[in-house]
Amino acid sequence: MLLEIRDLHANAGDKPVLKGIHLSVKAGEVHAIMGPNGSGKSTLAHVLAGRDGFVVTSGEVKYQGRDLLAMSPEERAREGFFLGFQYPVEIPGVGNTYFLKNALNAIRKHRGQPELDAVEFLALVREKARIVKIDENLLNRPVNEGFSGGEKKRNEILQMAVLQPTLAILDETDSGLDIDAMRTVADGINGLRSPDRATILVTHYQRFLDYVIPDKVHVLADGRLVKSGGKELALELEKKGYGWIAPKAEATP
Amino acid sequence: MANDERKTIERATTGDYAYGFVTEVESDTVPPGLNEDVIRMISSKKGEPDWLLQWRLRAYRHWLTMKEPRWANLRYPEIDYQAIRYFSAPRKKAGPKSLDEIDPEIRRTYEKLGIPLAEQGRLAGVAVDAVFDSVSVATTFKEKLAEAGVIFCSFSEAVKTHPDLVRKWLGSVVPYTDNYYATLNSAVFTDGSFCYVPKGVRCPMELSTYFRINAVDTGQFERTLIVAEEGSYVSYLEGCSAPMRDTNQLHAAVVELVALDRATIKYSTVQNWYPGDKEGKGGIFNFVTKRGRCKGVHSRITWTQVETGSAITWKYPSCILQGDHSIGEFYSVAVTNNLQQADTGTKMIHIGKHTKSTIISKGISAGRGQNTYRGGVTMTKSAHNARNYSQCDSLLLGDQCGAHTFPYLDVQNPTAQIEHEASTSRIGEDQLFYCRQRGLSTEDAVNMIVNGFCKRVFKELPMEFAVESQKLLGVSLEGSVG
Repeated sequence: MLLEIRDLHANAGDKPVLKGIHLSVKAGEVHAIMGPNGSGKSTLAHVLAGRDGFVVTSGEVKYQGRDLLAMSPEERAREGFFLGFQYPVEIPGVGNTYFLKNALNAIRKHRGQPELDAVEFLALVREKARIVKIDENLLNRPVNEGFSGGEKKRNEILQMAVLQPTLAILDETDSGLDIDAMRTVADGINGLRSPDRATILVTHYQRFLDYVIPDKVHVLADGRLVKSGGKELALELEKKGYGWIAPKAEATP
Repeated sequence: MANDERKTIERATTGDYAYGFVTEVESDTVPPGLNEDVIRMISSKKGEPDWLLQWRLRAYRHWLTMKEPRWANLRYPEIDYQAIRYFSAPRKKAGPKSLDEIDPEIRRTYEKLGIPLAEQGRLAGVAVDAVFDSVSVATTFKEKLAEAGVIFCSFSEAVKTHPDLVRKWLGSVVPYTDNYYATLNSAVFTDGSFCYVPKGVRCPMELSTYFRINAVDTGQFERTLIVAEEGSYVSYLEGCSAPMRDTNQLHAAVVELVALDRATIKYSTVQNWYPGDKEGKGGIFNFVTKRGRCKGVHSRITWTQVETGSAITWKYPSCILQGDHSIGEFYSVAVTNNLQQADTGTKMIHIGKHTKSTIISKGISAGRGQNTYRGGVTMTKSAHNARNYSQCDSLLLGDQCGAHTFPYLDVQNPTAQIEHEASTSRIGEDQLFYCRQRGLSTEDAVNMIVNGFCKRVFKELPMEFAVESQKLLGVSLEGSVG
């Protein structure tokens, strides 16, 4: 098992948000986690990435057999855990390529692989940029600074394509994208599918799942996974909303 | 290339003040204290002409009537001016005739600092004048510069070899009555650098001065004078360091720049005086007056400074924009960590028509550091269509430091345009997390974010200095986050 979450309880600040999550993800799988606003989707993503301000109160998370919660955020990243941010962060003055090269080399160093020099890296990043259809001039601009919403999301997928994570959790990567951009992002994700990797998509919309077909769909409501199923569950959700599963929750827009 | 960058960052994140060693050399010092006899002695030791002695004495007498300014946003104990030694020079038989005659200990010091004094320095392509305590020890590349007609030598030497030039320009930008520290400097200055670029000459290499305070309880009062004649160009770099000592040492320098018609002077400083320890013990008190006069039409003076050292920094490199269409620029990065305090900025005084000035100031505060930007823009009545653009950004690391901005504007001409932008931000928890989620350590992330913040200023520095500055920033901010 690549990821094993058992009875995870966590607070965002002082507020209990996750109230007993159980989830198992095998290598090769794509999972989708859906659910109404405020159900805890982003909290789950941030807890798994180790962000300050989110406190695990009980439960455990095993990643490749190791205690994920005991690792620092950078250690998780170097071990192949990637979070695609819902709101990618701007870093003024730091070149996009420079940033990504340093990130990749930090990961490679951790794994005992030789670091890439500027020339090797540039070749790699250009190839990946073509795949995710990112304009080359975005590579030379500061990280996410002045990027449109769609460019920021594509940039996340570019980073994922370069860093080749073992487990990626993409937090509403599809939100705010027009249909073409959504297709490109989906292509990027599909291009990374392989028997030794897994992806967790956190999403609001069934439509994205037409492009990235999940193996499993889960519904998160009030801090628990209240229903799991195959990709047909997503279609059912689109028709019926969340009310029939999680009566307390508001309907999705 | 990747490895180099990596190493740079690694070096930057491991190490305290690296220049804190003391060099054992015999030196000539005067007893602590200041009076007319001490000034006469300095002047006579340097074999100066009478006019210069008289100038010093006038400055000293004026200084006695002045009060130490306390308007800056700085806190420090009373300075006892009678406890300072006003002259310290490495002892020598006669003046060094060639580089080989310099005391090997001093040469080793400069080697440790990475300054190539010896002939192999030619490869580096930088001409260096090195000031050790109070006296200039060597000027490299003198011959190559002489071919171009550029005079670059120690101030004392210039007094002997080019007395008319010195007499003409000394005090023409910063008069001896200017301010408490500049006036003190005028009375007791011991050495410094002199540079004269003749008409139409583009100086063939970067000129550089390296200042080092070595002796105990010594003040360093150097004086730099750069004159760029019509249509000439010169780029000048200044670096500084001092040993770690647990008492404070005073540094009160004066720099005067004069740019005539269509001349350009670029003056870059990387200031890394000893900042004191983590508890604020020791460190240099840096009270410096730097000013340039854009005297000619279409002249241009650019100040770029990276201030990482000193316990106290009081410094406002300024431009008097006298010639029509002249341009003044000020690019600054100032870092305060631990208990360092900086009150720094610039003054742009627009007199000529169509004069332009740009101010880009980046202040970084960490630990319990206090960082103040103080800038004045004056548009006089004659400054028709003058323009100024100022941008002052502050970055806070941690929650015990402070950033302060004091812009002063004085506009007497209705056609003048002034723009001022300011921002203060805390180094974002979200930025740090984003970097760490991509595999970067906290130190690397901080370094990257801070260097990005300063990029606009580093771009103005010559290449080697830009790299040096990035390293320094890393060292200065080590351990300030996380």
